[in-house]
Amino acid sequence: MRPLAALLFRDMRIAVRVGGGALMGVLFFLVVVTLVPFAVGPDLPLLKRIGPAILWLAALLASLLALDRLFASDHEDGSLDLILMGRAPLELVVAVKGIAHWLTTGLPLIIAAPLTGLFLNIDPAAEAALTLTLLVGTPALTFIGLIGAAIAVTLRRGGLLLAVIVLPLTVPVLIFGVAAANAAITGPVPFGTPFTILCALTLMSVVVGPFAAAAALRQEME
Amino acid sequence: MRLCAVDLACHRGGRDVFAGLSFAVSSGEALAITGRNGAGKSSLLRTIIGLARIAHGSLTLEGGDPELTIPEQAHYLGHQDALKPSLSVGENLQFWANFLGAADAQIRVALAAVGLEDLTDLPAGYLSAGQRRRLSIARLLAVKRPLWLLDEPTSTLDANAQNRLTTLLEAHLSGGGLVLAATHGPIGLGSVRELRLEDAQPPTPVEMAAS
Amino acid sequence: MPLSDLANPSRFLTLANRAIPWLAGLTVILLGIGLYQSMLAPDDYQQGATVKIMFLHVPSAWLGMLGWGIMSLAALGTLVWRHPLADVAAKAAAPIGAAFTLLCLVTGSLWGRPEWGTYWVWDARLTSELILLLLYLAVIAVWRTVEDPSRAARAVAILTIVGAIDLPIIKFSVDWWNTLHQGSSVFRMSGSTIDRSILMPLFVMAIAFTFLFVTLQLAAMRNEILRRRVRTLRLMQASAVS
Repeated sequence: MRPLAALLFRDMRIAVRVGGGALMGVLFFLVVVTLVPFAVGPDLPLLKRIGPAILWLAALLASLLALDRLFASDHEDGSLDLILMGRAPLELVVAVKGIAHWLTTGLPLIIAAPLTGLFLNIDPAAEAALTLTLLVGTPALTFIGLIGAAIAVTLRRGGLLLAVIVLPLTVPVLIFGVAAANAAITGPVPFGTPFTILCALTLMSVVVGPFAAAAALRQEME
Repeated sequence: MRLCAVDLACHRGGRDVFAGLSFAVSSGEALAITGRNGAGKSSLLRTIIGLARIAHGSLTLEGGDPELTIPEQAHYLGHQDALKPSLSVGENLQFWANFLGAADAQIRVALAAVGLEDLTDLPAGYLSAGQRRRLSIARLLAVKRPLWLLDEPTSTLDANAQNRLTTLLEAHLSGGGLVLAATHGPIGLGSVRELRLEDAQPPTPVEMAAS
Repeated sequence: MPLSDLANPSRFLTLANRAIPWLAGLTVILLGIGLYQSMLAPDDYQQGATVKIMFLHVPSAWLGMLGWGIMSLAALGTLVWRHPLADVAAKAAAPIGAAFTLLCLVTGSLWGRPEWGTYWVWDARLTSELILLLLYLAVIAVWRTVEDPSRAARAVAILTIVGAIDLPIIKFSVDWWNTLHQGSSVFRMSGSTIDRSILMPLFVMAIAFTFLFVTLQLAAMRNEILRRRVRTLRLMQASAVS
């Protein structure tokens, strides 16, 4: 446990100290949300209807940003070699890096979501449901993203490949996340139905993600 | 303890990097791996630590811990330093000590042995190349592992630091450790066996030119 | 003491150390007077006492824009004259300007809710003010991301000058577009349309906020100079150890 705890704290410490910390993801999130009214027009009822979708897309893109450096920075300075030589199982190491990523990227987004809901004219009850779906769904985005980050680790400009790999895999999470948020606003489908599926997707990704990512890392590092 | 390689071959990037390699290193022995650039010195080290696939042959560590793989009982000092610039010198070393499983690593002692104890709280980004190398060497001291695999250990080190490294290597060897060092020049250890990678012949006890 | 002494960081520190307590005191007094006058000002016949948010909202809007103006001047100082304290001034002004802009947005939002029925609309003035906040945050992000302060300063300087286009957009947005926000009533070519009993507290608050800005600016510049000294000392420490 001690090696994994050390890795978690190291990653979080670095994330906080470098590059503006967690705020960069939140800032990007805010910028994307601000762009939408410019694109679709300042039509408040329309924004209210597509609000959950916008926030989900923005959260997805913001999560994607930080994934690029997840393994690449360790690969570039030789830390990944040593991590592979450690006694902690690689699957757990990868999972811990995923947790660190979510805590420093996903969690700040969830805290910022209610504020951005204000900009999109989403009313408080809907906003609460939306924030809950983000809370449950953003870990899935992180853990699915681990797979892409591992595959793209040795590439210089891996960012785009990572996006191309990860985004299709996150489609189910997106579907059920937005569906749950909309169900809370309009119904008739009860909130619980898509929400439990979203929970299931997250649980699956928490297991599958680290295993797939560890396998990919081992392949890439040889 | 003995590291034995029999008919070892490595395949990397679509080509045979080396083949038919056999050697053995015992406790208290050092083996220098030499050869021109591209001969496969780094690849051999990476094969031993499990980061390159063994295409043919076998690699065993006799007398080691049967529960652990070879990389888990080895230290690797590669070309890169595995340091995070935003963490302090002490934090970097403490992380590796915790991660590599040293229960109560002697961080201060290790830093003092490489002459960096005054810079413990300095962010690692401020260090020069030689200081970063020395911090990596401190990692080998903080966490006790029997097998040391060094890739060009003396690069970026000045004469003082090289002497310090020699002392540390001698201490490790006299404590029963094993050292494999890929190097272009002498590492100051006196009589050291040499494995030339161009010919893949059995290592001959060649006296490397004293520094 | 000649003006060129301000260019010298050590002289600046001495000056700042002496000036800051006085400026802080003046700020407190002016804020006190301004708030007192704001309390006494008459209520609006339609909005009631809510209108008094204006005494926070309008000055903070002005100061948010003034902040960017200061950053633009500092940017010129960095790019054109390579003045040593220019990037220190720019870096110090950014969070303060951002805070005033945020205050403007929040007070405006709270003020608009009873009037418009919503906390936010995407009209020209509010949007351009929000863009100003995002620009401030972008500048702060650049300061925090780029390791070397002088490289960061040049990047920020260019960003600041480009972003200055937002200031006239904010000012004239209520004239150019059909907006929910009220039109200009203070700074107009034909003279202000506001009654003196409201104009006075407004100006006092504006001056108080300006003093607050200057106090915070000097304190932040002092901190930044000290921070850079620490960095230099650390570099020296690293090279001192053999």
